[in-house]
Amino acid sequence: MQHTFPRLLLGHAQSHPEGAAMREKEYGIWQTTTWSGMAQLVEQLACGLHQAGLQRGEHMVVIGANRPRLYATMLAAQSLGAIPIPLYQDAVAAECVFPINNADVRFCVVEDQEQVDKMLEIRERCPQLSHLYYDDPRGLRNYDQPGLHSLASLVEAGQAHAKAHPQLFREQVELGRTEDVAAMFFTSGTTGNPKGVVHTHQTLINRATVGAKFDKLTREDEILAYLPPAWIGQNIFSYAQWLVAGYVVNCPESASTVTIDLKEVGPTYYFAPPRIFEGLLTSVMIRMEDAGAIKRGLFHRCMALARRVGPDRMDGKPIGLLDSIKYRLGDWLVYGPLRNNLGLSRVRVAYTAGEAIGPDLFSFYRSIGINMKQLYGSTETAVFVCLQPDHEARADTVGVPCEGVEIKLSESGEILVKSPGLLKGYYKNEAATAEVLTADGWYHTSDAGFIDASGHLKIIDRVKDVGRLKGGAHDGAMFAPKYVENKLKFFSHIKEAVAYGDQRERVCVMLNIDFDAVGNWAERRNLPYAGYTDLAQKPEVYELIRDCVEKVNADLSRDALLAGSQISRFLVLHKELDADDGELTRTNKVRRGFIAEKYGALVEALYGGKAEQYIQTQVKFEDGRTGSVSATLKLSDAKTFTPVQAAA
Amino acid sequence: MEPHSNMTQKKIGDVVLNVQNISLRFGGVKALTNISFDVREHEVRAIIGPNGAGKSSMLNCINGVYQPQEGSISFRGRTFRHMNSRQVAEMGIARTFQNLALFKGMSVIDNLMTGRNLRIKSGLLAQAFRNPFGIGGAQKEEEAHREFVEHIIDFLEIQAHRKTPVGQLPYGLQKRVDLGRALAMEPQVLLLDEPMAGMNLEEKQDMSRFILDVNDEFGTTIVLIEHDMGVVMDISDRVVVLDYGKKIGDGTPEEVRRNEEVISAYLGTSH
Repeated sequence: MQHTFPRLLLGHAQSHPEGAAMREKEYGIWQTTTWSGMAQLVEQLACGLHQAGLQRGEHMVVIGANRPRLYATMLAAQSLGAIPIPLYQDAVAAECVFPINNADVRFCVVEDQEQVDKMLEIRERCPQLSHLYYDDPRGLRNYDQPGLHSLASLVEAGQAHAKAHPQLFREQVELGRTEDVAAMFFTSGTTGNPKGVVHTHQTLINRATVGAKFDKLTREDEILAYLPPAWIGQNIFSYAQWLVAGYVVNCPESASTVTIDLKEVGPTYYFAPPRIFEGLLTSVMIRMEDAGAIKRGLFHRCMALARRVGPDRMDGKPIGLLDSIKYRLGDWLVYGPLRNNLGLSRVRVAYTAGEAIGPDLFSFYRSIGINMKQLYGSTETAVFVCLQPDHEARADTVGVPCEGVEIKLSESGEILVKSPGLLKGYYKNEAATAEVLTADGWYHTSDAGFIDASGHLKIIDRVKDVGRLKGGAHDGAMFAPKYVENKLKFFSHIKEAVAYGDQRERVCVMLNIDFDAVGNWAERRNLPYAGYTDLAQKPEVYELIRDCVEKVNADLSRDALLAGSQISRFLVLHKELDADDGELTRTNKVRRGFIAEKYGALVEALYGGKAEQYIQTQVKFEDGRTGSVSATLKLSDAKTFTPVQAAA
Repeated sequence: MEPHSNMTQKKIGDVVLNVQNISLRFGGVKALTNISFDVREHEVRAIIGPNGAGKSSMLNCINGVYQPQEGSISFRGRTFRHMNSRQVAEMGIARTFQNLALFKGMSVIDNLMTGRNLRIKSGLLAQAFRNPFGIGGAQKEEEAHREFVEHIIDFLEIQAHRKTPVGQLPYGLQKRVDLGRALAMEPQVLLLDEPMAGMNLEEKQDMSRFILDVNDEFGTTIVLIEHDMGVVMDISDRVVVLDYGKKIGDGTPEEVRRNEEVISAYLGTSH
């Protein structure tokens, strides 16, 4: 049987014609598209596109938020053997030029006026772009550019064309092969042009099926599609797995209504990057601070119990009868209503991925009874490489290799993956393909990690950032700066951390305190301060931060591989690291090398064992003027622990 | 962003509203003296002037809140000595208020539904005692009105605030709801009294966009009072300038900008 996405669609339309395929909230009401309705729409769109001249093997760009009609056009393109390329809807016009020219795109389907304007703006630079269709006609009434049409008119034309050629659609779908290219996803490279990741029907459907089987997804499940469709994760959850498992995809009304829609839909399968879970938690905590004393007391008592027994309960471990009864009561009073308020009361499986998640954040959700788990994957692997099984979720691993996946480590500690879901290659970029995909079929992830005693994969850092300690007690031990920095940043009092240790005897860090969190902490202790610089240098604050650093050390000492990365000295910087000063990237990642140069005196002082160091730095203000801040910084030692050898 | 070139080719029609020789006095205070101007179908007509120039008084005369001592107002060929508020509303002229006139404790939806008041046909009793089967006039009618209101919510992009009490919304959004309430009347002419007062730059940009969209999508004629010269010059087709109750300028934004009298009165003059 040749599995392709259009065939999966027709299968659902045949077996469950009246079942809900997608819902979209419009004019305040959730409007349902049934599987047969979807199939009909796809047929009309496909016939329309065929008539307009879309060829087999040709690429078609789709730009917009999660809209059923946009997903239908992707299916329509695939029905004709064409290849949809979803692009990020918030990309600026210039960023769309490369993908469109790289893939010789003539056809483009967009959501609304905003996207139409972008395409018209770059049209001169993309002369081959001849067909532009839009879904939402608002504001476009007076546009009369050649080749600009509404999707509605395309559907209409397709309807007529289908009537004249009733077999066309089926014939075209029959021509599709599972090894045909199904979609292309552009990944933003940190340097140079983005690369088009080519996936076939086979790679995507295989991974989607494995994931669906692992979590027992059925057509009863519901998801809310709210992340950009151009991101492979969203594409897997709201497209590939949708067609594989046949569940219902709900499209929110607009970006601003997602939290409301989440509550109304009550998804059973949910995905979010850590920052979204963090945002939800913060909003809960702020509202609890404003609640009355009785409610607040009840909340804190119940949460203390949840922290103690919730994770074990979630992991399926036995908890005492008394605790069990107490937890039930807490569930009735607090956890249940809280889950409901977050819109997560029906969640059976929730995933987080993309970046490291703080253990407190992770266990908060698990403790109130949400089955939160982690997964590992990337665009190149069609997402699913590792998954955490139910009852085995942990904050610091990303799970066990899932069905069909082989994992091994290269000599440099890089994770290599072999999987049926690997990319076919980068589009028109053999050099880049050869770099990541070796002839023996291993994909090089450029992530460093290892498999721990329980068989879970643990990600440490990007390979290029991993260093080695040199000399001293831990000579030659692995040093993973991001791993250490993340552990520090999980503390709410620490905003940024920069760790040094490569080719050094020991590890030292420079820290930024979180001004809001530490400021609040200081106010509650009647500790006066004049501003960031003053607060950062308070002895009390150094004690607070030392405590955090030593907790991280204790944690690292239990880690056989990374015990050498314990922090021996630290300092709190006198200014916040800022992208305007070039210390952070625009996506707020620390630029370690640049910081080491700029604060060279501090790094030397840390390693030189000095107790304090004067520093003056240039700063750029928001209005473009420059000034300077200076301070004498204290440097502090932190206690390190002898490594605890894990009983193997 | 630059407005698209083809956005400007809209059709401006005949005169719909004609204000002739209006004078309005409060006792000895002359609020308006012998003001005449016209408003054409589909245009955006601005009334500008310094504080106390009589802009709001002018709007209140059109709206029937004030009754001018002299002059007349014609609307679609019918001439009135003075207007009557209800009559004005029934003729299809809606307005928003400088200081907002919303029900703060009511939700956005309910506030917008009040804008449908004039169009609700079923009686109070029929609305109060609806049968549980969903049949009968009152319920069907409410559904139709609610649907209309939903289109306004969609248009103004306030879906996230449907059920929020208006008083809890930030000021810029309240202004948007006020515009929505006026739009719910399906007006032919929309009078906007300082729609951008007290807004930050981003809110002003949003509001300008909505005003132009209303004008474009529904073909609604718009008369607006505004302080912000930049906004006025950007979105208006023609501008009337008042100063101390007298008309000192009338024409396209470019003409008004070049008018010496306007420059000295409104933009200030060096002494």
